[in-house]
Amino acid sequence: MTSDTDTLTAEDPITGEEIEIPADVEVGEIIDSPVTGTELEVISLDPVVLDEAPELEEDWGE
Amino acid sequence: MLYSRIRKDEKLLLGELRERGHDVEKIDVRKERFGLDSTTAAVDDLDLVVDRCLSTSRSLYATRFLDSYGVPVVNGPETGDVCADKAKNSLALAEADVPTPATEVAFTTEAALEAIESFGYPCVLKPVTGSWGRLMAKIDSRNAAEAILEHKETLGHYEHKVFYVQEFVDKPGRDVRVLAVDGEPIAAMTRSSEHWLTNAAKGGETAPFELDDRATELVERASEAVGGGMLGVDLMEVGVEADGDPAETGGSGEYTVHEVNHTVEFKALDAATDVDVPARVVDWLEAKAADLADGAVAEVDA
Repeated sequence: MTSDTDTLTAEDPITGEEIEIPADVEVGEIIDSPVTGTELEVISLDPVVLDEAPELEEDWGE
Repeated sequence: MLYSRIRKDEKLLLGELRERGHDVEKIDVRKERFGLDSTTAAVDDLDLVVDRCLSTSRSLYATRFLDSYGVPVVNGPETGDVCADKAKNSLALAEADVPTPATEVAFTTEAALEAIESFGYPCVLKPVTGSWGRLMAKIDSRNAAEAILEHKETLGHYEHKVFYVQEFVDKPGRDVRVLAVDGEPIAAMTRSSEHWLTNAAKGGETAPFELDDRATELVERASEAVGGGMLGVDLMEVGVEADGDPAETGGSGEYTVHEVNHTVEFKALDAATDVDVPARVVDWLEAKAADLADGAVAEVDA
């Protein structure tokens, strides 16, 4: 699924479109969908699977 | 590393740890179970666990369980317990004689209104738990106070019925965030905004800040008051003209510490200052792990 050394391609879970994401993403990392701007969570890397990130909860923070 | 969401902060830390050749175990707490004497999380062979849970409740329970198994974790559960609750945070600071804004806690809307009236207007009503400036209310009048209290009583989670009322500190349009490890400052920045909330998460503008001796001392004492660890200490400058610019006048050199955060975010500090924040944090983690290893060897020798 690697398109070149800097990006990976993956399916946007909301639109179904192929999107490019940075190649150095981590499992658990949150990225913004380049299509919708929605926050997506990296579920796995091999294969690259994305899912809609959890909504903000009241006890989140620092 | 305990996590439930890899933010830029965690990514910076992971990058630094791996660059130095450390074998890092990422533990997604959402997938684990914690029993009374063991966990499904792979913690047996770890030198040190770093809690980076975004969720306060998960952070508090996961660190408490790991501590119970004898797994070394930073920040420890006691520090988290104090820092996660604004009332406990204020009490710890006051008990250590660290200047902190005058605060009262009340459990009914009637008593809360009395607290608000005794502070006068404006004053501040905050949830005892929460972050990023959410659900903070600057109360300018009795009408506003009554409305906010009614909303909280009607809509709020039970914690919102613990009314945390605080004096309004007329800070000079900015506050100071210091990242410290066991009381030693790593980096500091100001967060400025025309809004009364200056949190970076609320869009406050950041700039590097040079700590003076007094601020350094207060950071050290505030850290000790909550049990130490990697902390975000928030200070406000006091005694500065409300419309004065402390960047030009040099400020008054006096501060009040309003909060200490235990799962501190540092990406804004890393961007705002010349300090390589993740490198300094990893220096501290390495020193912690080495101390623990030395302690274990000494125990075996004894």
